[in-house]
Amino acid sequence: MLDIRGLTASIGDKSILRGIDLVVPDGEVHAIMGPNGSGKSTLGYVLSGREDYTVTGGSVTFNGIDLLSLEPEARAAAGVFLAFQAPIELPGVNNANFLRTALNAIRRAHGESELDAMQFLKVARVETKRLSMPDDMLKRNVNVGFSGGEKKRNEVLQMALLRPKLAILDETDSGLDIDALKIVADGVNALRSPTFSALVITHHQRLLDHLVPNRVHVLAHGRIIRSGGPELARELEKTGYAGVLAEAA
Amino acid sequence: MSATAEILDSVQSSYKWGFETDIEMDLAPKGLNEDIIRLISARKEEPLWMLEYRLKAFAAWLKMEEPDWARVDHPPIDYQDLHYYAAPKKKAGPKSLDEVDPELLKMYEKLGIPLKERAILAGVEPDPNERPQIAVDAVFDSVSVATTFRETLSKVGVIFCPISEAVRDHPDLVREYLGSVVPVADNYFSALNAAVFTDGSFVYIPKGVRCPMELSTYFRINARNTGQFERTLIIAEAGAHVSYLEGCTAPQRDENQLHAAVVELIAMDDATIKYSTVQNWYPGDADGKGGIYNFVTKRGACRGDRSKISWTQVETGSAITWKYPSCVLIGEDSVGEFYSVAVTTNHQQADTGTKMIHVGKGSSSTIVSKGISAGKSNNTYRGLVRILPSAAGARNHTQCDSLLIGDECGAHTVPYIESRNRTAKVEHEATTSKIAEDQLFYCRQRGLSEEDAVNLIVNGFCKEVLKELPMEFAVEAQKLLAVSLEGSVG
Ligand SMILES: Nc1ncnc2c1ncn2[C@@H]1O[C@H](COP(=O)(O)OP(=O)(O)OP(=O)(O)O)[C@@H](O)[C@H]1O
Ligand SMILES: [Mg+2]
Repeated sequence: MLDIRGLTASIGDKSILRGIDLVVPDGEVHAIMGPNGSGKSTLGYVLSGREDYTVTGGSVTFNGIDLLSLEPEARAAAGVFLAFQAPIELPGVNNANFLRTALNAIRRAHGESELDAMQFLKVARVETKRLSMPDDMLKRNVNVGFSGGEKKRNEVLQMALLRPKLAILDETDSGLDIDALKIVADGVNALRSPTFSALVITHHQRLLDHLVPNRVHVLAHGRIIRSGGPELARELEKTGYAGVLAEAA
Repeated sequence: MSATAEILDSVQSSYKWGFETDIEMDLAPKGLNEDIIRLISARKEEPLWMLEYRLKAFAAWLKMEEPDWARVDHPPIDYQDLHYYAAPKKKAGPKSLDEVDPELLKMYEKLGIPLKERAILAGVEPDPNERPQIAVDAVFDSVSVATTFRETLSKVGVIFCPISEAVRDHPDLVREYLGSVVPVADNYFSALNAAVFTDGSFVYIPKGVRCPMELSTYFRINARNTGQFERTLIIAEAGAHVSYLEGCTAPQRDENQLHAAVVELIAMDDATIKYSTVQNWYPGDADGKGGIYNFVTKRGACRGDRSKISWTQVETGSAITWKYPSCVLIGEDSVGEFYSVAVTTNHQQADTGTKMIHVGKGSSSTIVSKGISAGKSNNTYRGLVRILPSAAGARNHTQCDSLLIGDECGAHTVPYIESRNRTAKVEHEATTSKIAEDQLFYCRQRGLSEEDAVNLIVNGFCKEVLKELPMEFAVEAQKLLAVSLEGSVG
């Protein structure tokens, strides 16, 4: 279970998260929506430990551990995965090598044996097939020259391989064609289990059609101003944020 | 603390080859004069012509001045305060490994240098899982202490021996080629080297022979207050083919030590010489104390048509590196290549690059230089591409990339291009980038430690160069890069 209480964070002297309270029980998928610049990506970064942000207050526990006290790699080992809104390019770094290094780092942290190149390729090919990704995606350099949609799929591939306990998907649906959208949703659905939960940041109802969330939250000006069931997303799609914003003001 | 701040905070030395070997030495008195040169020549039992060559070089050197154009800084070197000859007392030049001082054998074992020839049994297939065998010439201070696989090589006519031995046993070849690519008075350090050089390797590959194994020389500086003056000469006759690798290490000491080398390569028609260097001299400590001054002149002459010389270097060590492995492309359609990774951390300074001199019609050259700077170090690429009027249709492509780790280091690119033939095509690309915080974070979010993340990014950055190294050495080089940058991150 992810339990966020009174979380505040700033960058420089600009405060961005102004008191987030959010509980995601095990096995649930929650959607986060909200206007541009409201702090959605910031929440993802703060949960995964990006150092540019200063946590100024509040707490985050994840399966009983104090997440905020951990280095980013330790959070990853604890099962936190962030699919980046804008995935990063690593020139010259072979995608398969990157994925294997990451997977082995996490396996090591769990006291599991590392996979050699052959064992890894076997596992990876199963996932690329499932995600309808061409095999050569593994041979290319991490995200270099990938199209917008390919980058997003590559994030989902990483998620599928690393099998996180908490996945934070930051607009993974943006820039995807209709088929890809379905594939991404299937990717998340495949991971669903009583020990997996997800925070899905999105601007669009269409992803939520495939990936029915347990709860939908609206983030504005660094606070959650409204929460509801899946119907809230459909309502927002029709009315926009003006209504909820006015209500909250 | 941000990742970069931590990188800067904890840069420290992690040099693992810095031990000393206690061994009884035959040391020349300190100082440089004609008597010392006579002493070196006598110790090496050289013919008179060699002594005369040295004395001529010394006279030239006395008239020269130390160059100051490189972007490196060091207190004046007192050339009279050095020993110019240092050799283990027990039998210089033993005939078999059994005669080598066991202390020395232990040292090479510790350094991971294979000096044992595994017996090749008749009728038994070699184990494919074992590393391919490599012939090694081991140079310890001023002498070669062992050269392996000489018999195997001589069966196909390949000569692989210490240069001091070649001076005695193959005087015609040495006289013809020594100084033919790097003339005595080429520069200050080459003149010094010609006067006092002590050992290095000699390689001769006869016509049409493909050298059956990798050749390598391992240089070790051990004695205190000693300069090492390496001299290497490689000749590939028409259609010959050779891949050669050199490695080097030195003890960790507070004083600076000088390694001034000259390497000459000669490739005839259709010959190929691949020369790889993994340079790992002691770089000095975190405060910039100690370390080797590595002042090196390396040059290859592509004399024959379609000949090819390829330099690959991974430079991680030395307090100061001053080195420009070059190619003189004389033959028609001859090919010169330079692939370089230079890493500087702490207070290291590297001014390195290449010269490609295009003389022959249709000659072509490729330069790929990757500079990585961390700490307070300075890393300069200095390159010259010169196209002479005779070099119709010559081509050069240069790619120079710099990667910065932290804010206190420097990367500089100084390309000189002189084209005197209109049909020539010269391209130059340069980039400078920093390891971005977002790249590090991306890797760490996936579970990699910060150090592994830096290694991954650095190795990615160097990939084009590392893939030019012979396979086994590419793996070594990757590890070396990791070790060099160890402590560069939190
Ligand atoms: N490095 C930074 N420096 C300055 N301001 C920043 C930085 N990162 C984020 N911000 C600011 O913080 C606020 C929240 O940004 P964030 O990226 O979290 O928004 P978001 O809700 O994800 O928006 P979008 O829907 O457009 O992705 C924005 O006003 C943004 O400009
Ligand atoms: Mg965002």
